[in-house]
Amino acid sequence: MNYYDILFYLFAIITLVSAGFVVTTRNVIYSAFFLLFTFFGVAGIYVLLAADFLAVVQIMVYVGGILILLLFGVMLTNKITNVDIRTGTSNLLPASIAIGLLMGALVSAMIYTGWKVQPASEIPDTSIKNLGALLITDYLLIFELLGILLLIALIGAASIARRDKE
Amino acid sequence: MSIWEVIIISLIKILLIVVLMLLTVAYLVYFERKISAWIQNRKGPNRVGWHGLLQPFADVFKLLLKEDIVPEKANKALHTLAPFIALFVAFATYAVIPIGPTIELFGYKINLVVADVNIGVLYVLALTSLGVYGITFAGWSSGSKYSLLGGVRSSAQMISYEVSMGFSIAGVLLLSQSLSPTKIVEAQYGWMWNAILQPIGFITFVVSAFAETNRLPFDLPEAEPELVGGYHTEYSSFKFAGFFLAEYANMIIASMMITTLYLGGYQIPYIDKLGLNQTLTVLLQVGAFLFKTAFMLFFFMWVRWSIPRFRYDQLMNLGWKVMFPLSLLNIVWVAVLIMVFRL
Repeated sequence: MNYYDILFYLFAIITLVSAGFVVTTRNVIYSAFFLLFTFFGVAGIYVLLAADFLAVVQIMVYVGGILILLLFGVMLTNKITNVDIRTGTSNLLPASIAIGLLMGALVSAMIYTGWKVQPASEIPDTSIKNLGALLITDYLLIFELLGILLLIALIGAASIARRDKE
Repeated sequence: MSIWEVIIISLIKILLIVVLMLLTVAYLVYFERKISAWIQNRKGPNRVGWHGLLQPFADVFKLLLKEDIVPEKANKALHTLAPFIALFVAFATYAVIPIGPTIELFGYKINLVVADVNIGVLYVLALTSLGVYGITFAGWSSGSKYSLLGGVRSSAQMISYEVSMGFSIAGVLLLSQSLSPTKIVEAQYGWMWNAILQPIGFITFVVSAFAETNRLPFDLPEAEPELVGGYHTEYSSFKFAGFFLAEYANMIIASMMITTLYLGGYQIPYIDKLGLNQTLTVLLQVGAFLFKTAFMLFFFMWVRWSIPRFRYDQLMNLGWKVMFPLSLLNIVWVAVLIMVFRL
Protein backbone atom coordinates (compact mmCIF):
# COMPACT_ATOMS: atom_id res chain seq x y z
CA MET A 1 0.00 0.00 0.00
CA ASN A 2 1.38 3.41 -0.85
CA TYR A 3 0.40 6.75 0.67
CA TYR A 4 -2.43 7.30 -1.78
CA ASP A 5 -4.02 4.00 -0.84
CA ILE A 6 -3.83 4.82 2.85
CA LEU A 7 -5.38 8.24 2.26
CA PHE A 8 -8.05 6.74 0.03
CA TYR A 9 -9.10 4.20 2.65
CA LEU A 10 -9.04 6.89 5.31
CA PHE A 11 -11.45 9.09 3.36
CA ALA A 12 -13.56 6.10 2.34
CA ILE A 13 -13.92 5.04 5.98
CA ILE A 14 -14.82 8.59 7.05
CA THR A 15 -17.45 8.78 4.33
CA LEU A 16 -19.01 5.38 5.00
CA VAL A 17 -18.97 5.51 8.79
CA SER A 18 -20.42 9.02 8.96
CA ALA A 19 -23.02 8.13 6.33
CA GLY A 20 -23.97 5.18 8.52
CA PHE A 21 -24.46 7.51 11.47
CA VAL A 22 -26.52 9.89 9.33
CA VAL A 23 -29.16 7.22 8.73
CA THR A 24 -29.05 5.45 12.07
CA THR A 25 -28.92 8.30 14.60
CA ARG A 26 -32.28 9.31 16.09
CA ASN A 27 -31.60 13.02 16.46
CA VAL A 28 -32.01 15.06 13.26
CA ILE A 29 -29.38 17.59 14.30
CA TYR A 30 -26.81 14.84 14.75
CA SER A 31 -27.75 13.46 11.33
CA ALA A 32 -27.04 16.84 9.78
CA PHE A 33 -23.82 17.04 11.73
CA PHE A 34 -22.57 13.66 10.51
CA LEU A 35 -23.56 14.58 6.97
CA LEU A 36 -20.85 17.24 7.28
CA PHE A 37 -18.21 14.49 7.57
CA THR A 38 -19.73 12.52 4.70
CA PHE A 39 -19.38 15.54 2.42
CA PHE A 40 -15.83 16.06 3.65
CA GLY A 41 -14.88 12.47 2.95
CA VAL A 42 -16.23 12.73 -0.58
CA ALA A 43 -14.32 15.97 -1.08
CA GLY A 44 -11.16 14.21 0.07
CA ILE A 45 -11.68 11.45 -2.49
CA TYR A 46 -12.16 14.08 -5.21
CA VAL A 47 -8.80 15.57 -4.25
CA LEU A 48 -7.15 12.14 -4.53
CA LEU A 49 -8.66 11.82 -8.01
CA ALA A 50 -7.00 15.14 -8.97
CA ALA A 51 -10.39 16.80 -9.29
CA ASP A 52 -9.38 19.82 -7.22
CA PHE A 53 -12.09 22.15 -8.44
CA LEU A 54 -14.82 19.60 -7.85
CA ALA A 55 -13.56 19.01 -4.31
CA VAL A 56 -13.72 22.69 -3.38
CA VAL A 57 -17.09 23.13 -5.05
CA GLN A 58 -18.34 20.09 -3.14
CA ILE A 59 -17.43 21.85 0.11
CA MET A 60 -18.69 25.27 -0.97
CA VAL A 61 -22.03 24.10 -2.33
CA TYR A 62 -22.92 21.15 -0.13
CA VAL A 63 -21.24 22.03 3.15
CA GLY A 64 -21.34 25.81 2.89
CA GLY A 65 -24.77 26.09 1.32
CA ILE A 66 -27.14 23.16 1.27
CA LEU A 67 -26.27 21.69 4.65
CA ILE A 68 -26.52 25.11 6.29
CA LEU A 69 -30.04 25.50 4.90
CA LEU A 70 -30.88 22.03 6.18
CA LEU A 71 -29.52 22.86 9.62
CA PHE A 72 -31.43 26.12 9.72
CA GLY A 73 -34.65 24.34 8.90
CA VAL A 74 -34.12 21.71 11.57
CA MET A 75 -32.73 24.00 14.27
CA LEU A 76 -35.33 26.72 13.97
CA THR A 77 -38.38 24.47 13.79
CA ASN A 78 -36.99 22.23 16.51
CA LYS A 79 -36.35 25.01 19.00
CA ILE A 80 -39.19 27.39 18.38
CA THR A 81 -42.03 24.90 18.52
CA ASN A 82 -40.38 22.98 21.37
CA VAL A 83 -41.21 19.72 19.64
CA ASP A 84 -38.41 17.21 19.55
CA ILE A 85 -38.22 16.04 15.99
CA ARG A 86 -37.02 12.47 16.06
CA THR A 87 -36.65 10.06 13.23
CA GLY A 88 -38.33 6.68 13.20
CA THR A 89 -38.68 3.88 10.71
CA SER A 90 -41.83 3.08 8.81
CA ASN A 91 -42.70 1.36 5.53
CA LEU A 92 -39.63 -0.83 5.76
CA LEU A 93 -40.52 -3.24 2.94
CA PRO A 94 -41.29 -0.78 0.10
CA ALA A 95 -38.36 1.37 1.15
CA SER A 96 -35.89 -1.50 1.04
CA ILE A 97 -37.20 -2.62 -2.37
CA ALA A 98 -36.85 0.89 -3.79
CA ILE A 99 -33.39 1.34 -2.30
CA GLY A 100 -32.34 -2.09 -3.53
CA LEU A 101 -33.41 -1.22 -7.07
CA LEU A 102 -31.60 2.12 -6.94
CA MET A 103 -28.49 0.44 -5.57
CA GLY A 104 -28.60 -2.16 -8.36
CA ALA A 105 -28.93 0.57 -10.97
CA LEU A 106 -26.01 2.50 -9.50
CA VAL A 107 -23.75 -0.54 -9.23
CA SER A 108 -24.53 -1.65 -12.79
CA ALA A 109 -23.87 1.88 -14.01
CA MET A 110 -20.56 1.78 -12.17
CA ILE A 111 -19.60 -1.56 -13.75
CA TYR A 112 -20.68 -0.87 -17.32
CA THR A 113 -19.39 2.70 -17.66
CA GLY A 114 -16.18 2.95 -19.66
CA TRP A 115 -14.17 4.93 -17.14
CA LYS A 116 -11.34 7.02 -18.47
CA VAL A 117 -8.13 5.67 -16.98
CA GLN A 118 -5.10 7.94 -17.07
CA PRO A 119 -1.65 7.55 -15.52
CA ALA A 120 -1.06 10.04 -12.72
CA SER A 121 1.77 11.71 -14.62
CA GLU A 122 -0.53 12.76 -17.48
CA ILE A 123 -3.13 14.46 -15.30
CA PRO A 124 -2.90 18.24 -15.69
CA ASP A 125 -2.01 20.37 -12.66
CA THR A 126 -5.46 21.79 -12.36
CA SER A 127 -8.77 20.78 -13.82
CA ILE A 128 -10.29 24.26 -13.88
CA LYS A 129 -9.08 25.22 -17.33
CA ASN A 130 -10.46 22.11 -19.02
CA LEU A 131 -13.70 22.29 -17.07
CA GLY A 132 -14.17 25.93 -17.98
CA ALA A 133 -13.50 25.29 -21.64
CA LEU A 134 -15.93 22.37 -21.73
CA LEU A 135 -18.64 24.35 -19.95
CA ILE A 136 -18.68 27.12 -22.54
CA THR A 137 -18.21 24.90 -25.59
CA ASP A 138 -19.57 21.34 -25.52
CA TYR A 139 -21.97 21.78 -22.60
CA LEU A 140 -22.96 25.39 -23.22
CA LEU A 141 -26.66 24.66 -23.71
CA ILE A 142 -26.97 22.65 -20.50
CA PHE A 143 -24.97 25.25 -18.62
CA GLU A 144 -27.26 28.08 -19.73
CA LEU A 145 -30.41 26.02 -19.13
CA LEU A 146 -29.25 25.30 -15.57
CA GLY A 147 -28.72 29.01 -15.05
CA ILE A 148 -32.29 29.71 -16.16
CA LEU A 149 -33.60 26.89 -13.98
CA LEU A 150 -31.88 28.34 -10.93
CA LEU A 151 -33.23 31.80 -11.74
CA ILE A 152 -36.76 30.39 -11.96
CA ALA A 153 -36.28 28.65 -8.62
CA LEU A 154 -35.06 31.90 -7.09
CA ILE A 155 -38.01 33.92 -8.37
CA GLY A 156 -40.38 31.17 -7.27
CA ALA A 157 -38.93 31.14 -3.77
CA ALA A 158 -39.15 34.92 -3.52
CA SER A 159 -42.76 34.99 -4.70
CA ILE A 160 -43.76 32.24 -2.24
CA ALA A 161 -42.05 34.06 0.61
CA ARG A 162 -43.80 37.33 -0.27
CA ARG A 163 -47.34 36.02 -0.58
CA ASP A 164 -48.07 36.20 3.15
CA LYS A 165 -47.55 39.93 3.32
CA GLU A 166 -50.59 40.88 1.22
CA MET B 1 12.22 15.83 -2.15
CA SER B 2 10.89 12.67 -0.59
CA ILE B 3 7.47 12.62 0.98
CA TRP B 4 8.92 12.69 4.51
CA GLU B 5 10.90 15.83 3.77
CA VAL B 6 7.76 17.47 2.43
CA ILE B 7 5.81 16.46 5.52
CA ILE B 8 8.52 17.68 7.92
CA ILE B 9 8.97 21.02 6.13
CA SER B 10 5.19 21.53 6.08
CA LEU B 11 4.95 20.70 9.78
CA ILE B 12 7.64 23.25 10.60
CA LYS B 13 5.76 25.88 8.60
CA ILE B 14 2.49 24.99 10.30
CA LEU B 15 4.08 25.18 13.76
CA LEU B 16 5.63 28.55 12.95
CA ILE B 17 2.31 29.90 11.72
CA VAL B 18 0.35 28.64 14.74
CA VAL B 19 2.83 30.11 17.24
CA LEU B 20 3.00 33.40 15.38
CA MET B 21 -0.77 33.56 15.09
CA LEU B 22 -1.35 32.97 18.79
CA LEU B 23 1.13 35.70 19.71
CA THR B 24 -0.28 38.08 17.11
CA VAL B 25 -3.83 37.54 18.28
CA ALA B 26 -2.84 38.15 21.91
CA TYR B 27 -1.21 41.42 20.97
CA LEU B 28 -3.99 42.40 18.57
CA VAL B 29 -6.33 42.48 21.54
CA TYR B 30 -3.83 44.71 23.32
CA PHE B 31 -3.55 47.02 20.32
CA GLU B 32 -7.31 47.07 19.89
CA ARG B 33 -7.62 48.36 23.43
CA LYS B 34 -4.76 50.83 23.02
CA ILE B 35 -6.09 52.17 19.73
CA SER B 36 -9.62 52.49 21.08
CA ALA B 37 -8.19 54.35 24.05
CA TRP B 38 -6.22 56.60 21.75
CA ILE B 39 -9.27 57.34 19.61
CA GLN B 40 -11.40 58.05 22.67
CA ASN B 41 -8.68 60.10 24.34
CA ARG B 42 -8.09 57.65 27.19
CA LYS B 43 -4.95 55.86 28.33
CA GLY B 44 -5.94 52.22 27.84
CA PRO B 45 -4.33 49.28 29.64
CA ASN B 46 -1.12 50.51 31.32
CA ARG B 47 -0.77 48.56 34.58
CA VAL B 48 0.63 45.15 33.71
CA GLY B 49 4.20 45.50 32.50
CA TRP B 50 5.72 48.46 30.70
CA HIS B 51 2.85 50.49 29.12
CA GLY B 52 0.64 47.47 29.75
CA LEU B 53 2.63 45.27 27.38
CA LEU B 54 2.06 42.15 29.49
CA GLN B 55 -1.70 42.72 29.55
CA PRO B 56 -2.42 39.99 26.93
CA PHE B 57 -0.85 37.33 29.16
CA ALA B 58 -2.86 38.52 32.14
CA ASP B 59 -6.00 38.31 30.01
CA VAL B 60 -5.19 34.81 28.81
CA PHE B 61 -4.56 33.55 32.36
CA LYS B 62 -7.76 35.17 33.55
CA LEU B 63 -9.74 33.42 30.82
CA LEU B 64 -8.13 30.05 31.38
CA LEU B 65 -8.57 30.13 35.16
CA LYS B 66 -12.28 30.95 34.97
CA GLU B 67 -14.91 28.32 35.65
CA ASP B 68 -16.20 26.58 32.56
CA ILE B 69 -19.98 26.82 32.68
CA VAL B 70 -22.24 24.76 30.43
CA PRO B 71 -25.90 25.77 30.69
CA GLU B 72 -28.34 23.11 31.86
CA LYS B 73 -30.43 23.28 28.70
CA ALA B 74 -27.43 23.19 26.40
CA ASN B 75 -26.57 20.34 24.08
CA LYS B 76 -23.27 19.42 25.73
CA ALA B 77 -21.49 17.79 22.81
CA LEU B 78 -22.22 20.50 20.26
CA HIS B 79 -21.71 23.24 22.84
CA THR B 80 -18.15 21.99 23.36
CA LEU B 81 -17.50 21.36 19.70
CA ALA B 82 -18.58 24.76 18.37
CA PRO B 83 -15.56 26.84 19.48
CA PHE B 84 -13.23 24.18 18.08
CA ILE B 85 -14.93 24.33 14.68
CA ALA B 86 -14.50 28.10 14.74
CA LEU B 87 -10.81 27.74 15.63
CA PHE B 88 -10.16 24.99 13.08
CA VAL B 89 -11.63 27.07 10.27
CA ALA B 90 -9.73 30.17 11.33
CA PHE B 91 -6.36 28.41 11.40
CA ALA B 92 -6.77 26.12 8.40
CA THR B 93 -7.22 29.11 6.10
CA TYR B 94 -3.65 30.31 6.59
CA ALA B 95 -2.38 27.31 4.65
CA VAL B 96 -2.72 28.96 1.25
CA ILE B 97 -1.66 32.56 1.93
CA PRO B 98 1.82 33.34 0.55
CA ILE B 99 3.87 35.65 2.76
CA GLY B 100 6.88 35.79 0.47
CA PRO B 101 8.48 34.40 -2.72
CA THR B 102 10.30 31.07 -2.98
CA ILE B 103 13.56 30.95 -1.01
CA GLU B 104 16.45 28.52 -0.85
CA LEU B 105 17.34 27.30 2.61
CA PHE B 106 19.78 24.48 3.48
CA GLY B 107 19.63 23.29 -0.11
CA TYR B 108 15.84 23.05 -0.21
CA LYS B 109 13.58 25.23 -2.30
CA ILE B 110 10.98 26.47 0.13
CA ASN B 111 7.82 28.36 -0.76
CA LEU B 112 6.85 30.83 1.91
CA VAL B 113 3.35 29.35 1.93
CA VAL B 114 2.24 26.12 3.58
CA ALA B 115 0.36 24.76 0.58
CA ASP B 116 0.70 26.39 -2.83
CA VAL B 117 -2.49 24.93 -4.28
CA ASN B 118 -3.93 25.85 -7.64
CA ILE B 119 -7.32 26.68 -6.25
CA GLY B 120 -6.15 28.55 -3.16
CA VAL B 121 -8.66 31.36 -3.45
CA LEU B 122 -11.57 28.94 -3.71
CA TYR B 123 -10.13 27.04 -0.74
CA VAL B 124 -10.28 30.19 1.35
CA LEU B 125 -13.87 30.84 0.25
CA ALA B 126 -14.85 27.26 1.02
CA LEU B 127 -13.31 27.38 4.49
CA THR B 128 -14.82 30.74 5.38
CA SER B 129 -18.20 29.31 4.41
CA LEU B 130 -17.49 26.63 7.04
CA GLY B 131 -17.07 29.35 9.64
CA VAL B 132 -20.84 29.64 9.75
CA TYR B 133 -20.99 26.20 11.40
CA GLY B 134 -19.11 27.19 14.54
CA ILE B 135 -21.43 30.12 15.03
CA THR B 136 -24.65 28.29 14.16
CA PHE B 137 -23.83 25.35 16.41
CA ALA B 138 -22.81 27.70 19.23
CA GLY B 139 -26.05 29.64 18.91
CA TRP B 140 -28.26 26.60 18.72
CA SER B 141 -26.58 24.36 21.29
CA SER B 142 -26.51 26.97 24.06
CA GLY B 143 -30.25 26.59 24.56
CA SER B 144 -30.72 30.32 24.99
CA LYS B 145 -32.77 32.63 22.76
CA TYR B 146 -30.11 35.32 22.70
CA SER B 147 -27.51 32.86 21.50
CA LEU B 148 -29.88 31.43 18.90
CA LEU B 149 -30.79 34.87 17.55
CA GLY B 150 -27.14 35.86 17.46
CA GLY B 151 -26.24 32.68 15.63
CA VAL B 152 -29.02 33.08 13.07
CA ARG B 153 -28.17 36.73 12.47
CA SER B 154 -24.54 35.90 12.01
CA SER B 155 -25.18 33.08 9.57
CA ALA B 156 -27.61 35.15 7.50
CA GLN B 157 -25.11 37.99 7.39
CA MET B 158 -22.20 35.78 6.39
CA ILE B 159 -24.16 34.00 3.68
CA SER B 160 -25.41 37.31 2.24
CA TYR B 161 -22.04 38.96 2.11
CA GLU B 162 -20.33 35.87 0.74
CA VAL B 163 -22.15 36.59 -2.53
CA SER B 164 -20.64 40.02 -3.08
CA MET B 165 -17.31 38.77 -1.77
CA GLY B 166 -17.28 36.00 -4.36
CA PHE B 167 -18.14 38.38 -7.19
CA SER B 168 -15.45 40.85 -6.10
CA ILE B 169 -12.91 38.04 -6.17
CA ALA B 170 -14.07 37.07 -9.66
CA GLY B 171 -12.69 40.40 -10.91
CA VAL B 172 -9.28 39.60 -9.44
CA LEU B 173 -9.32 36.12 -10.95
CA LEU B 174 -10.18 37.48 -14.40
CA LEU B 175 -7.17 39.78 -14.36
CA SER B 176 -4.64 37.32 -12.97
CA GLN B 177 -6.10 34.33 -14.87
CA SER B 178 -5.37 32.01 -11.99
CA LEU B 179 -6.90 30.81 -8.74
CA SER B 180 -3.55 30.36 -7.05
CA PRO B 181 -2.73 33.11 -4.51
CA THR B 182 0.95 32.97 -5.47
CA LYS B 183 0.16 33.64 -9.13
CA ILE B 184 -2.30 36.37 -8.20
CA VAL B 185 0.45 38.13 -6.26
CA GLU B 186 2.89 37.71 -9.14
CA ALA B 187 0.33 39.17 -11.56
CA GLN B 188 0.29 42.39 -9.53
CA TYR B 189 3.84 43.27 -10.51
CA GLY B 190 4.92 46.90 -10.10
CA TRP B 191 1.97 49.18 -9.51
CA MET B 192 -0.55 46.87 -11.16
CA TRP B 193 -2.19 46.34 -7.79
CA ASN B 194 -5.78 45.26 -8.01
CA ALA B 195 -6.77 47.96 -5.53
CA ILE B 196 -5.68 50.52 -8.14
CA LEU B 197 -6.99 48.72 -11.22
CA GLN B 198 -10.40 47.86 -9.80
CA PRO B 199 -11.20 50.24 -6.94
CA ILE B 200 -14.89 49.28 -6.86
CA GLY B 201 -14.07 45.61 -6.36
CA PHE B 202 -11.60 46.60 -3.67
CA ILE B 203 -14.26 48.51 -1.77
CA THR B 204 -16.90 45.78 -2.06
CA PHE B 205 -14.37 43.17 -0.97
CA VAL B 206 -13.25 45.18 2.06
CA VAL B 207 -16.84 45.86 3.12
CA SER B 208 -17.74 42.18 2.69
CA ALA B 209 -14.66 41.21 4.68
CA PHE B 210 -15.86 43.43 7.53
CA ALA B 211 -19.25 41.73 7.40
CA GLU B 212 -17.71 38.24 7.19
CA THR B 213 -15.59 38.82 10.27
CA ASN B 214 -18.59 40.19 12.20
CA ARG B 215 -16.70 43.37 13.01
CA LEU B 216 -18.24 46.76 13.59
CA PRO B 217 -20.10 48.36 11.81
CA PHE B 218 -21.48 44.89 11.07
CA ASP B 219 -21.23 43.30 14.51
CA LEU B 220 -24.95 42.68 14.83
CA PRO B 221 -24.46 39.04 15.85
CA GLU B 222 -23.13 40.28 19.16
CA ALA B 223 -24.91 43.60 19.46
CA GLU B 224 -24.71 43.97 23.25
CA PRO B 225 -27.76 46.20 23.80
CA GLU B 226 -30.05 43.73 22.03
CA LEU B 227 -28.51 40.30 22.38
CA VAL B 228 -26.39 40.32 25.57
CA GLY B 229 -23.36 38.73 23.89
CA GLY B 230 -24.81 37.09 20.79
CA TYR B 231 -23.87 33.54 19.92
CA HIS B 232 -21.26 33.31 22.67
CA THR B 233 -23.51 34.57 25.47
CA GLU B 234 -23.46 31.18 27.20
CA TYR B 235 -19.74 30.57 26.84
CA SER B 236 -17.09 31.07 29.46
CA SER B 237 -13.49 30.27 30.20
CA PHE B 238 -11.49 28.45 27.55
CA LYS B 239 -14.37 28.00 25.11
CA PHE B 240 -15.04 31.72 25.15
CA ALA B 241 -11.35 32.29 24.58
CA GLY B 242 -11.69 30.00 21.54
CA PHE B 243 -14.31 32.22 19.94
CA PHE B 244 -12.34 35.29 20.85
CA LEU B 245 -9.24 33.83 19.26
CA ALA B 246 -11.15 32.77 16.16
CA GLU B 247 -12.60 36.25 15.73
CA TYR B 248 -9.21 37.90 15.77
CA ALA B 249 -7.66 35.15 13.67
CA ASN B 250 -10.40 35.76 11.09
CA MET B 251 -9.56 39.43 11.13
CA ILE B 252 -5.94 38.59 10.33
CA ILE B 253 -7.05 36.29 7.50
CA ALA B 254 -9.26 39.03 6.10
CA SER B 255 -6.34 41.49 6.21
CA MET B 256 -4.02 38.96 4.59
CA MET B 257 -6.57 38.19 1.88
CA ILE B 258 -7.05 41.90 1.15
CA THR B 259 -3.28 42.27 0.96
CA THR B 260 -2.85 39.23 -1.27
CA LEU B 261 -5.71 39.92 -3.64
CA TYR B 262 -5.68 43.71 -3.86
CA LEU B 263 -2.53 45.25 -2.38
CA GLY B 264 0.05 43.24 -4.29
CA GLY B 265 0.81 40.71 -1.55
CA TYR B 266 4.51 40.67 -0.77
CA GLN B 267 5.41 42.79 -3.81
CA ILE B 268 7.31 46.02 -3.42
CA PRO B 269 7.00 47.97 -6.70
CA TYR B 270 10.12 47.55 -8.88
CA ILE B 271 12.34 46.24 -6.09
CA ASP B 272 14.07 43.89 -8.54
CA LYS B 273 15.30 46.92 -10.51
CA LEU B 274 17.33 48.13 -7.52
CA GLY B 275 19.80 45.26 -7.78
CA LEU B 276 19.73 44.24 -4.12
CA ASN B 277 20.97 40.80 -3.22
CA GLN B 278 18.43 38.01 -2.99
CA THR B 279 18.28 37.54 0.78
CA LEU B 280 17.68 41.22 1.40
CA THR B 281 14.98 41.33 -1.28
CA VAL B 282 13.13 38.39 0.26
CA LEU B 283 13.38 39.87 3.74
CA LEU B 284 12.08 43.21 2.49
CA GLN B 285 9.24 41.49 0.67
CA VAL B 286 8.16 39.50 3.72
CA GLY B 287 8.41 42.74 5.65
CA ALA B 288 6.24 44.47 3.07
CA PHE B 289 3.60 41.76 3.36
CA LEU B 290 3.55 42.03 7.14
CA PHE B 291 3.44 45.82 6.96
CA LYS B 292 0.48 45.81 4.56
CA THR B 293 -1.34 43.28 6.72
CA ALA B 294 -0.63 45.32 9.84
CA PHE B 295 -1.97 48.42 8.12
CA MET B 296 -5.20 46.62 7.19
CA LEU B 297 -5.52 45.40 10.79
CA PHE B 298 -5.13 48.96 12.00
CA PHE B 299 -7.77 49.98 9.48
CA PHE B 300 -10.15 47.35 10.92
CA MET B 301 -9.72 48.78 14.40
CA TRP B 302 -9.87 52.36 13.23
CA VAL B 303 -13.24 51.71 11.59
CA ARG B 304 -14.53 49.82 14.61
CA TRP B 305 -14.00 52.78 16.91
CA SER B 306 -15.20 55.42 14.46
CA ILE B 307 -18.44 54.17 12.91
CA PRO B 308 -21.71 53.27 14.67
CA ARG B 309 -23.46 49.96 14.12
CA PHE B 310 -25.96 49.40 11.28
CA ARG B 311 -29.55 48.40 11.90
CA TYR B 312 -30.27 44.87 10.70
CA ASP B 313 -32.45 45.86 7.73
CA GLN B 314 -29.85 48.46 6.74
CA LEU B 315 -27.23 45.74 6.83
CA MET B 316 -29.22 43.47 4.52
CA ASN B 317 -30.14 46.35 2.20
CA LEU B 318 -26.51 47.38 1.97
CA GLY B 319 -25.44 43.84 1.24
CA TRP B 320 -27.98 42.93 -1.41
CA LYS B 321 -28.93 46.28 -2.96
CA VAL B 322 -25.62 48.16 -2.89
CA MET B 323 -22.63 45.85 -2.53
CA PHE B 324 -23.93 43.06 -4.77
CA PRO B 325 -24.73 45.33 -7.79
CA LEU B 326 -21.46 47.18 -7.25
CA SER B 327 -19.50 43.93 -7.36
CA LEU B 328 -21.28 43.04 -10.62
CA LEU B 329 -20.37 46.46 -11.99
CA ASN B 330 -16.79 45.73 -11.06
CA ILE B 331 -16.81 42.59 -13.22
CA VAL B 332 -18.00 44.67 -16.18
CA TRP B 333 -15.20 47.15 -15.48
CA VAL B 334 -12.63 44.36 -15.40
CA ALA B 335 -14.02 43.04 -18.68
CA VAL B 336 -13.50 46.52 -20.16
CA LEU B 337 -9.94 46.56 -18.79
CA ILE B 338 -9.23 43.23 -20.43
CA MET B 339 -10.97 43.78 -23.76
CA VAL B 340 -10.20 47.48 -24.35
CA PHE B 341 -6.93 48.09 -22.52
CA ARG B 342 -5.60 44.57 -23.10
CA LEU B 343 -4.28 44.12 -19.57
